[in-house]
Amino acid sequence: MAAVGASAQNITAAGATFPYPIYNKWFTEYNQLHPNIKINYQSIGSGGGIKQVSEGTVDFGASDGPMNDQQLAEAKVKVMHIPTVLGADVPVYNIPGVSKDLNFTGDEIADIYLGKITKWNDARLAKDNPGANLPDRAILPVYRSDGSGTTYIFTDYLSKVSPEWASRVGKGTSVKWPAGIGAKGNEGVAGMVRQAPYSFGYVELIYALQNKMAYGTVQNAAGKYLQGSPAGVTAAAAAAAKTMPADYRVSITNAPGAASYPISSFTWLLIPTHFNDPAKAAAVKGFLTWMLDRGESEATSMGYAPLPAQVQTMVRHTIATIK
Amino acid sequence: MPQTSSSSQMDSAVVSQDAPPVHAPAIASFVPDAGPTAQDGPPSPVRQYLSTRGNGGLADKTFAAAMLVCALSIFVIVLFILTVLILRSKLSLAQFGFHFFSGSDWDPVSGSFGALPFIFGTLATSLLALALAVPLALGVAVFLTELCPAKLRAPISFLTELLAAIPSVVYGLWAVFVLVPIMRDQLGPLLYQYLGWTGFFEGYNFGVGLLTASIILAIMILPIISSIARDIMLAVPVSQREAVLALGATRWEMIRTGVLRNARIGIVGAVILGLGRALGETMAVTMVIGNHPGISKSLFAPGYTLASVIANEFTEATGDLYLSALIEIGLALFLVTIVVNAIARALVWAVTRGAPARVH
Amino acid sequence: MSTDPTPIEAPADDNGFMRPPMDFQTRRMRWNSMRRHAVNHLVTGLALLSTLLVIAPLVAILAYLIYKGASSLNMAFFTQIPAPVGEPGGGMANAILGSGIILALASSMGIPVGIAAGVYLAEYGRGRMLAMAVRFTADVLNGVPSIVMGIAIYSLIVMRQMHFSAFSGGVALAIMMVPTITRTTEEMLATVPHAVREAALGLGVPKWRTVVSVSLRTASPGIITGCMLAFARVAGETAPLLFTAFGNQFWSYKLNEPIAALPLQIYIYAISPYDEWHRLAWAGSLVLILMIMMSVTLVRIYAGRGALKGAS
Repeated sequence: MAAVGASAQNITAAGATFPYPIYNKWFTEYNQLHPNIKINYQSIGSGGGIKQVSEGTVDFGASDGPMNDQQLAEAKVKVMHIPTVLGADVPVYNIPGVSKDLNFTGDEIADIYLGKITKWNDARLAKDNPGANLPDRAILPVYRSDGSGTTYIFTDYLSKVSPEWASRVGKGTSVKWPAGIGAKGNEGVAGMVRQAPYSFGYVELIYALQNKMAYGTVQNAAGKYLQGSPAGVTAAAAAAAKTMPADYRVSITNAPGAASYPISSFTWLLIPTHFNDPAKAAAVKGFLTWMLDRGESEATSMGYAPLPAQVQTMVRHTIATIK
Repeated sequence: MPQTSSSSQMDSAVVSQDAPPVHAPAIASFVPDAGPTAQDGPPSPVRQYLSTRGNGGLADKTFAAAMLVCALSIFVIVLFILTVLILRSKLSLAQFGFHFFSGSDWDPVSGSFGALPFIFGTLATSLLALALAVPLALGVAVFLTELCPAKLRAPISFLTELLAAIPSVVYGLWAVFVLVPIMRDQLGPLLYQYLGWTGFFEGYNFGVGLLTASIILAIMILPIISSIARDIMLAVPVSQREAVLALGATRWEMIRTGVLRNARIGIVGAVILGLGRALGETMAVTMVIGNHPGISKSLFAPGYTLASVIANEFTEATGDLYLSALIEIGLALFLVTIVVNAIARALVWAVTRGAPARVH
Repeated sequence: MSTDPTPIEAPADDNGFMRPPMDFQTRRMRWNSMRRHAVNHLVTGLALLSTLLVIAPLVAILAYLIYKGASSLNMAFFTQIPAPVGEPGGGMANAILGSGIILALASSMGIPVGIAAGVYLAEYGRGRMLAMAVRFTADVLNGVPSIVMGIAIYSLIVMRQMHFSAFSGGVALAIMMVPTITRTTEEMLATVPHAVREAALGLGVPKWRTVVSVSLRTASPGIITGCMLAFARVAGETAPLLFTAFGNQFWSYKLNEPIAALPLQIYIYAISPYDEWHRLAWAGSLVLILMIMMSVTLVRIYAGRGALKGAS
């Protein structure tokens, strides 16, 4: 290889769009601190992250839907999950003339995507949103056309709150959507919802914040309507943090507790347990350590929640095992 | 061949033009016995010069072989593509068989895959695009070949050909920000009001969907159809036109009976070539079709095409069956475009006899 | 003469010829003639209208592109790499370089193979079954959707090398260039008069030398046109790069690593929700189109003839 510098490391990574804004910031900052290490991250979706790292075509992947046992068994490259931050899926909408934050229950969101609630002035939506001047217009549900961890978290939540969803659709990074139109990536869904009036979609909190989109509250397991926020996510993770399994694969959607935001999740990097190139392994370890030392502190300002302290300690031990 | 290069020195003269002159007979390979016998006496200056410029049967053979290899590589590439598509879609071929093309379920969670909605979306958008583009393209071709003042001909053909040079992704960008709002706010409501009774313009119109995709496709295939149709109409002999005019026909009658009737097979070929392009078009369609697998009578409804499902899901298809199903879609697309193009080429050839007409 | 049949005014027809006066036209004949001329004018009008309708979207697209793109172009666009998500500024310098690298790679592979195959068809394979088959395959290859090319190259190269790369993107585009170049080369060589070849051969020039120095040189303007058109066609391709070049937010020069490309970057930015990225997408489109149009225009000036065979 024609090396630019002796220790130049170009690392390719791909996957989730959910944490893409913060990963992009981290990798850019890390490159400024260590000009010889470039981590090229393409946000092709969690499904893509799982597939490409399993095939070995990228150095590491990223996903917000944990790989299932079958995927782990089939993968050509042995990978482990390293949680990085936590985030929230928020329901976004574009209703001209309505600026109020709307309230949704999980069941209503499921029924919008099942095609059972088709109008904004549906009686159930109106009951949850007294005073909001909901128009007599059709809802355009927007979903992810690519394999997505955001979708995984969302459908995982809907499966827990809507029995019909669980039986008709189920959970996964790609599912068969009964209604709506598809857009690629969190970027694509946010872009489509911004472009199309009377549309409804789900995106990671940061996409709603960065684009100043209206996003609603969701009723949590305790019956409270909460808006997605780092605090709500942290609360949802509190219980899981104490009983974190060694492989970090855990779902925290619809978590108990009055302050818990219901559509929350960890997001993971999918790191091979063994790199063929020791220099690459060292570079990845270096980055992960920096992430825990420095990167985590940037999470809150980007709309994500940092890892709970006890999980951070666990992750440090796990990083040390990367070869 | 009358002679072959006898020494290795000879070969190097072939390879490198800077090699020293070689005293060897230089006889053109195509005239086996016509060359003078060069061994008599010292070679003339002309012959010496020619010798330094490389000659000999081996050089000719090597060159011919190299050309042949390149020509065959085209063959090999197509074979490779076909083989890899078949091999990698084996799983899906075995699992679903022919039902793959009649099933309408696309459910990665339960691992059930059917391509019917994508086939429907591809056919619906392509055919509608043809319906929109063909009359316009023929109008342009007629205008350019028969009616247009000579001065305007070159600039107008240049402009329509520029349409062909705009990349798909730029059409998509324009469609997302300009065409979709127009469809949603102006054209869509108008169609619903006046043509809603046909059932083709029903349901909610969000601006993205089959109709918008068809319109952008139509714009994209227009220049292809019109430029080929124009070439074919130019290939119709002028005597045909003169003969019809001499009988007292108006210009339109001349065009209809003298030009279009003679060129009709070629024009059908041009239309089918346009269809081939529309079937495989990816980026612009993906950006505006709505990406929802479904079969609907309404053109406002979102759809999905064979090409766009590959673009959206190929890098992230987890699971071997899912990936295999996507590759089978690619295989289907490949085979369909081969058939469509083969028909079109045969028709265009039938008219132009293998030597496409040139403008000017 | 006030009785029917009336000789009608001899109208000048569209070619400017005067029609001889006819004394024997009946009312029916006159009506018929009027109808025929009305249809003639109607169709002429329709043809003109369709031409305007075709030019309208082109003008609309170009005008909007220039309006949106020009206001977004600045120095940073050409000198900087993309800024982190949601932050202002940044450019597409790495994507422009990446496109340049991929296209150079594609041209260096596609042009020689394409021309050589064309030479075979025109100079060696005349009338042979093999040539017919190759010609047909070239046409088939020309019609293969670019997305299918992407899948094939992903399976053949990316899966084997285990990484996305500029090289695989270059190969995909090279294959897409070949058929256009082959067919143009063949057509252009066919226009070289046989007398020229025979003259060279008669002088004792070997055949390969005749082909290179006489046939190809004579046909070179047309062949260069073909190459430029093939180049223009693949320069804007996005679909085959999705699974091959993959994209990169940093500078990248290496052929065996993922690389940014202008069309790819435009696609990612176009579907995003960020206004800043939309701005960059418009600017990128303008740059891409100017690049392509410049090559097409150069071709027209150079070759001085009308057929843009982007499609055939």
